[in-house]
Amino acid sequence: MRTSRLMGWLLVAYGCAVLAFLYLPLVSVGLASISKARYLTFPIRRYAYDWYGEALASDTVRDLLLVSLKVAGIVTVLSMVIGFLGALAFARYSWRFRKAYQKLILLPIFFPQTVLGLALLMWFNTVGIIPSWKTAVVAHLVWIAPIATLVISIRAYSFDPALEEAARDMGATTWDTLREVTIPLLMPGVISAGLFAFLLSWGNFPLSLFTTGADSTLPEWLYAKMVSGYSPLVPTVGILTVGTSAVLLALGLTAALIFKRARAARNA
Amino acid sequence: MQRRDRQLGLLYALPIGVFLAVAFLAPILLVAAFSTMPPKVFSIWNMPDFSAYYTVITQGYWKTVAWSLGMSMAATLILFVVCWPLAYGMAKVFGRFSLVLTIGVVMTLFVSENIRLFGWVLTLMKGGLVEGYIRAWTGTGFDGLLYNVPVIVFGLCYVYLPFMLFPLAQGIAMVPEDARAAAFDLGATRWQIFREIELPLAMPGILVGSLLTFVLAAGALAETKLLGGQAVIVIAEEVETAFTYGQNWPLGAALAMVLIVIVGGIAIWGIGRADLDRMMGRR
Repeated sequence: MRTSRLMGWLLVAYGCAVLAFLYLPLVSVGLASISKARYLTFPIRRYAYDWYGEALASDTVRDLLLVSLKVAGIVTVLSMVIGFLGALAFARYSWRFRKAYQKLILLPIFFPQTVLGLALLMWFNTVGIIPSWKTAVVAHLVWIAPIATLVISIRAYSFDPALEEAARDMGATTWDTLREVTIPLLMPGVISAGLFAFLLSWGNFPLSLFTTGADSTLPEWLYAKMVSGYSPLVPTVGILTVGTSAVLLALGLTAALIFKRARAARNA
Repeated sequence: MQRRDRQLGLLYALPIGVFLAVAFLAPILLVAAFSTMPPKVFSIWNMPDFSAYYTVITQGYWKTVAWSLGMSMAATLILFVVCWPLAYGMAKVFGRFSLVLTIGVVMTLFVSENIRLFGWVLTLMKGGLVEGYIRAWTGTGFDGLLYNVPVIVFGLCYVYLPFMLFPLAQGIAMVPEDARAAAFDLGATRWQIFREIELPLAMPGILVGSLLTFVLAAGALAETKLLGGQAVIVIAEEVETAFTYGQNWPLGAALAMVLIVIVGGIAIWGIGRADLDRMMGRR
């Protein structure tokens, strides 16, 4: 039973419509960011790029950028390490509590993030830790480390256990096997998990809201400005944030493509 | 070999296991402990009196719970209908276009949720993209489309679309082509194939997608605040208000527990049924 040609084209058109729908709000933000007027109304009469200059020169924006970068950078490194080990336990080895462990890993992903942020705030308060960007790193990790584990697990599932066993039979120690066989094989998974971790931390708002204390990340600042009224810097800073993710993602995808080509060339 | 596998598995699970025990399970237990405390205390070393739960029941908080659950159910149903044809296309029809679609949809996930919702505010508000251009072209404008219940459900559908789409596509990919061809040869109509073959066989994907969407939407906050204005108050917002403006941690904790029990119950039930090894492609 084949789907008819017309049906196929209709489905493709539908897919394009859904994509357009997903990106429409970003188009609005983009247009708003280059409107000259202080109070935005469409249709836009005069365009100007002044807000970008102002945003880039502002000290507030620089501080926010620094905090966001620090948090996302540390979250990335830690979730790559924790996720790598976690994925081996998730997918590769059979051990007693593996099924229960797999379920524990999934729970934080389902959990409402606002509530998680508040629960952590109470926890830090009870233990006696003053919230700052460092506690936000912990909050982000609760959600992102499990995601990194899942991303690396997908790679670890397609891993042939015989390769590790062969290394061991030829006299490699556990550490040698890990360094020479397991890590290189899982590396593409680890790198994509790192990319995921950075981008998710960079854009996260609900977890940061309650756990950054006196510090503030970019999404938090944007939200505060959105709720308190319109500021012409909001669309501009928003687009700068999105632009950063887009550049990183493009770099990641290009690197993946180059890696794939190089490997195909080597194997051919 | 077997013994080493067992030891290594446990050893590698330790870092994330310990971390989640300290930074995920312990805070939830703390919320549970706080929810039993008398009003407006900031430590758990008081006599529990469960009065916060009494407040939750008598002060009409069930309405906000009902709004949250009702709106997320509506969003889940709408998303199922909207995503099914697309998921079907991705699993069975598209080829290369599937990859374009996947990358296109995943990329939106990396844009902060509140920037995307703010984009909808700019699109739908009075003098926004839609109303502004309609007024400029036709000369007659209308009030903005924001600040009502349907636009909140719309926002939920927008934000959680990927969480329905991908599991659904995965589920439909699991429907064997032979089963559909056989049903077709035996004279089944398109609708019968959908109801008798595709729906039951794609059920794992449907279940995961629906659970994920429902659970995430039930705890959502930004959609209501940014798009809904004061139209309705959802449970996550009540929790936040109790903690911040109300300065009543036990009440906030009790409200959070209501959400945690509903969402956690559904999530644990759903995760308990899923065979993760099979779904993620273990060999």
